Amino acid sequence: MRRRRISAGRIALDLFVGLVFFFLVLPLLIVFPISFSSAPYLQFPPPGFSWQWYERYFGDPVWIDATILSLEVAAATTVLSLAVGVPLAFALTRVRFPGREAIEKLSATPIIVPTIIYSIAVYGLFAKLRLIGEWYGIAIAHTLHALPFVVIVVTAGLRRFDINQELAACGLGASRLQAVRRVTLPQIKPSLVTAAFLAFITSFDELVIAMFLAGSNMTLPKKMFDNIRMEIDPTIAAISALQIVFVSVLLVLAGRFGEDQRGIANAR
Amino acid sequence: MTEAVATLPLAAGDRVRRRHARSVLGALALSTPALVLLLVFFALPLLRLFWLSVDAGTFLPYEKALTERLYLTVFWETFKIAAAVTVLTLLLGYPVAYFLATTTRLWQFVGFAFVMLPFWTSILVRTYAWMVLLGRNGVVNRTLLDLGLITEPLPLLHNFTGVLIGMVHVLLPYMIFPIYNAMRKVDADLVRAAEGLGAPGYAVFRRIYLPLTMEGVLAGTTLVFILSLGFFITPALLGGGRVAMIAVIIEQQVREFLNWGFAGALSVVLLASTLVVYGLVHRLLRPRFAEGVR
Repeated sequence: MRRRRISAGRIALDLFVGLVFFFLVLPLLIVFPISFSSAPYLQFPPPGFSWQWYERYFGDPVWIDATILSLEVAAATTVLSLAVGVPLAFALTRVRFPGREAIEKLSATPIIVPTIIYSIAVYGLFAKLRLIGEWYGIAIAHTLHALPFVVIVVTAGLRRFDINQELAACGLGASRLQAVRRVTLPQIKPSLVTAAFLAFITSFDELVIAMFLAGSNMTLPKKMFDNIRMEIDPTIAAISALQIVFVSVLLVLAGRFGEDQRGIANAR
Repeated sequence: MTEAVATLPLAAGDRVRRRHARSVLGALALSTPALVLLLVFFALPLLRLFWLSVDAGTFLPYEKALTERLYLTVFWETFKIAAAVTVLTLLLGYPVAYFLATTTRLWQFVGFAFVMLPFWTSILVRTYAWMVLLGRNGVVNRTLLDLGLITEPLPLLHNFTGVLIGMVHVLLPYMIFPIYNAMRKVDADLVRAAEGLGAPGYAVFRRIYLPLTMEGVLAGTTLVFILSLGFFITPALLGGGRVAMIAVIIEQQVREFLNWGFAGALSVVLLASTLVVYGLVHRLLRPRFAEGVR
């Protein structure tokens, strides 16, 4: 009796959760059929199959330039945020020093400051410094945006790491730098991969900062935003489909070489 | 640390102290690049923005932001949407988190894929998809019409409903993850013990499971509420100019009117609201719930 009631409840729960999952993936699924539509404008269901929207994307230098700029900025953001974030994570986890808590708090604040506020603030400064339109200006601002994720993930990885291994390497005659490079870094590699993935995606998808800092240049999200505002043509669907595939591949790679998915969930 | 050092013989104490001083210097050196970046490109521009809002030596922009009817309405709308999104994500997210925390390994993997894939997909891609789905001639309306469930297309886009759907979709994972983490820590024996002692199902949930997962619920609701307050892309595209959230107004003030003082004042008010929500949850609710649980 009791068991049946529980399983009836469980079926209701499973059904409900199934609907929520459907709600979550529906927008992702819908772009695929539209991207292969043979109609000259947005139409659903598509009347036939064609590659025209993909051809239009790959054949348009504006779209391709925007994609390349976004990839460059995202790569620079990944390198820069790891280059400053990983040393900071070491500093935060290894020694107590005056101001440590304050620095840790400061490095996390970009998460709670709404992007729009940060965007106009940095726009004001960069306009003064004549950095508007420069790709590295966007990369610097994106680095500040991605830094908290890098610091959180790598700090957590270092806290799980047994420092005695590094000390043992030092005791056996390795220099500190060698010990870190040969013993510590390989062991926290999953955290590093996850941090790199987070930094890359954070920058690659970022619209609001880029909207203000890119000037007349186009990043991919900026171009997409303008396009969606003007006309909703299925070129966006083709790009969306490509992006979903791209992110899935990255996600699989991050799952293979990075931390558990749930680790990523904790950081964000 | 210092006590231990003090009891050592002088020479050794000196050595330890020196080594400690060296590692402190090392840590400072390691954090310097990040610190410089944070101060120059994060703290400085924000302080500059706040300075601009009081530049004229008056609080006129603040007076305008906090008394003019238009802006009060915008703040009210923003809070209303944020609250609605928070409630909806909680109602949808709690069962999903429960499912993920209690199902088999295989289904957990599948479930996580369903949550992670949209989570990592660009907000623009998802917003575009919702525009296709929710439009007057969109997929949803077409399907409902074809099924004979409605006779007139439902107004789902360029209004409150559209913004709500889009935002719930974006923010749902932010609710699921913290709750899931709290649920994973729940000791299954506690639940079993309560059941064994004859507590009915709803009592077990209300008295045992809900309090134990409350921390996750709080973390999730705070996060979702704070993120909602600053939302820009979704209201800008799905609201069709008819849903004025504060971030959209701030962007407009800078882009169209170059009104930095006023944009700064609106930003300060938005940031202050964000910090108040954050502070309230952390200072007031956390300790109380922690006590209640233990």
